[in-house]
Amino acid sequence: MYKLLLCSRYLRTRYIALASIISVMLGVATMIVVNSVMAGFQDEMHRRLHGILSDLVFESHGVEGIANPDELMKEIRETLGDEVVAMTPNVHIPSMLAFKVRDQWITKPITLIGIDTKSYADVSDFSTFLLHPDNRARLDFSLRDGGFGSRLEPAGKAYRQRRLAMELAYQDQIEQMVALTADVSPEEDATDPAASDDPFAAIAPKAPSVESMMEPHTGIVLGISIASIRQRDSEGDVADYFLCRPGDDVRLTFPTAGMPPDAVSDYFTVVDLYESKMSEYDANFAFVPLEKLQWLRGMIDPKTGVGAATAIQIKLADGADLNAARDKLQAKYPPHLFSYRIQTWKDMQGPLLAAVQMETTLLNILLFLIIAVAGFGILATFFMIVVEKTKDIGILKSLGASSRGVMSIFMTYGFSLGIVGSGVGMILGLVFVVNINRIAALVEQLTGREVFDPTIYYFQKIPTIIHPLTVAWIVLGAVLIAVIASVLPALRAARLHPVEALRYE
Amino acid sequence: MSSGLRTNRSARLTKGRGEGPHFQRSARPASTEPISEYILTTSGLEKSYRKDKINIPVLRGVDLKIRDGEFTAIAGQSGSGKSTLLHLLGTLDTPDSGTICFEGNRIDNLGPKGRDVLRNRHFGMIFQFYHLLPELTTLENAVLPLMISHNTFRFLRNAKKYRERAKYWLDKVGLSHRLKHRPQELSGGEMQRVAMARALISSPRVLLADEPTGNLDQQTGGEIVDVLRSLNGRENLTIVMVTHDMVLATEADRLVRLVDGRVTESR
Repeated sequence: MYKLLLCSRYLRTRYIALASIISVMLGVATMIVVNSVMAGFQDEMHRRLHGILSDLVFESHGVEGIANPDELMKEIRETLGDEVVAMTPNVHIPSMLAFKVRDQWITKPITLIGIDTKSYADVSDFSTFLLHPDNRARLDFSLRDGGFGSRLEPAGKAYRQRRLAMELAYQDQIEQMVALTADVSPEEDATDPAASDDPFAAIAPKAPSVESMMEPHTGIVLGISIASIRQRDSEGDVADYFLCRPGDDVRLTFPTAGMPPDAVSDYFTVVDLYESKMSEYDANFAFVPLEKLQWLRGMIDPKTGVGAATAIQIKLADGADLNAARDKLQAKYPPHLFSYRIQTWKDMQGPLLAAVQMETTLLNILLFLIIAVAGFGILATFFMIVVEKTKDIGILKSLGASSRGVMSIFMTYGFSLGIVGSGVGMILGLVFVVNINRIAALVEQLTGREVFDPTIYYFQKIPTIIHPLTVAWIVLGAVLIAVIASVLPALRAARLHPVEALRYE
Repeated sequence: MSSGLRTNRSARLTKGRGEGPHFQRSARPASTEPISEYILTTSGLEKSYRKDKINIPVLRGVDLKIRDGEFTAIAGQSGSGKSTLLHLLGTLDTPDSGTICFEGNRIDNLGPKGRDVLRNRHFGMIFQFYHLLPELTTLENAVLPLMISHNTFRFLRNAKKYRERAKYWLDKVGLSHRLKHRPQELSGGEMQRVAMARALISSPRVLLADEPTGNLDQQTGGEIVDVLRSLNGRENLTIVMVTHDMVLATEADRLVRLVDGRVTESR
């Protein structure tokens, strides 16, 4: 009982000891903040990475791909059993995208992905990143009227018709101008095109008719960073500037299957944009219907009518062990026998995930070192307190207090300081995490600098996730350090000789 | 008081405490004297301190027999070893050679646990500098030995009873009006009274007083000795008091002089 009583009295009267645990408090608070923000980042990143990649990706090295994806999918389902929730065949090919911006052709290298609209939605969260709400519900690659969000006005079918009408009017004007200048030279006017010397005139491409131009081409969904530039306007606000929008036409050029590959090229009409907020995806991926791509690349077997695929994306049941499933498939399709590459989404984004993981680990080590350093502060303070209390220790011993009892006074003291320090630190950290966006706004206001530059980071709010277990571990670790730091001073107190302690002045 | 009553009291004390026999287990009678007559005996007690590789002998064979219920004063000059003798009697220190017996049982070779129990329950100690804990109030200081001997749960269950007991002893030493004060708010005489209440709360058999008046003026010191006298008379408390003040020393039943580390009986 005297231990608790003295301990509580020491806590209340010795503020220097409380000062020594401020570092514990700050350490705990920063660790909680850093871990929560990192967990938020990681979760956000995982969601975006995973969203498009699905759980397992079954790729073929070859240009021609998997000749019969349905057959392969059946085999995969047999291998993995009930773990498979959904599968979808894809065609991934490098491609060149070209579109006209103010009479200038802009080309961009992209990865073109042919997707099966029916099964793709079951496998990945791709559709949730689309801008048009109807497409989010069901994507069928048809051009919709408006409604792509306020920043994408005008866009859609009406926009396309108006734009094309303007272009046609412009063309008409040009033709009229040409006709007017032609009047000046009558001998040319008299010549009949059919009777001219030009042998190619008859087969020269005619200007497309208005109706055919109004009719949209096959749909394509572009990553938002392909179609836009994000930059600051004159007032310093971040704004997306769209180079092409839903309703515009783009031209794609990509290799056919077979060897040597030929380049094929075709017009597509942008039907929507997607924003996964993963710049790697948003700047690289474009999606078109699978059948169209298979047809253009010559991947459909003329005899059976079965289309080939270059990859199969697999979604597993919640809680399924991805690595185990991958290993099972790798065992069935060993790399020295099959030209398949089987990866989980984590494997595919390995370097990025590992870098973030490494960052988190390093930060944790550094911050924990701060708490450990605080432990030495406690050690020094406690030694001072033990020296100051030498006489009291002698008194307690002369009254029959055991060495262990004396030791436990100081151990309890250290423990209580640890509890107080990490408790206050925990509250501080949690309050900080909960209000982190308000604090960031305040910092922005005070310093005039944005904490997270939205031209680089795609989120408006700092994502945070508080894992109770992590918080518990941090608090436990801090308390443990405080207790360990108090062991040596407590031992010293316990070993004091009562007579010498009583004589101590 | 009759000796029969004394034995009764001693039996009650040892029986009533769970850990009482701790120090008796390893002990064997070292003297042939009847147990009831002498409560504390020493024979051939030697103690020396080392200082810079030189042995400085302090006690050179102290033979002392203290009767139950006796008020003994040990007088001697500074450095004569009287405080050392008292520390040895109170098991705060161990002798280099010689034996100390309490109620006929050897206590100088007890383990730490036995010593703790002995100091906590059978010996009360008061000091020249009072040695109160500055963080605790008068009442808490007085009740401290009971807090040490009982674990938290048992103490809290009986807290009221124990506080009453502390109040009883504080009243007995004449300090019932300052229960909530801290030591620094008390005068020297008051602090010594708190220390006495603390020493007596576990109803010890022996009170060891190390210059209890050394830091007090004549009058206050006299009052403290009066209290000791009355405790000795009414409670039949055995008191061993170390002092260099010959006037106070003559107040005791018996005066023992300590000269050059040896005992010379003077009265």
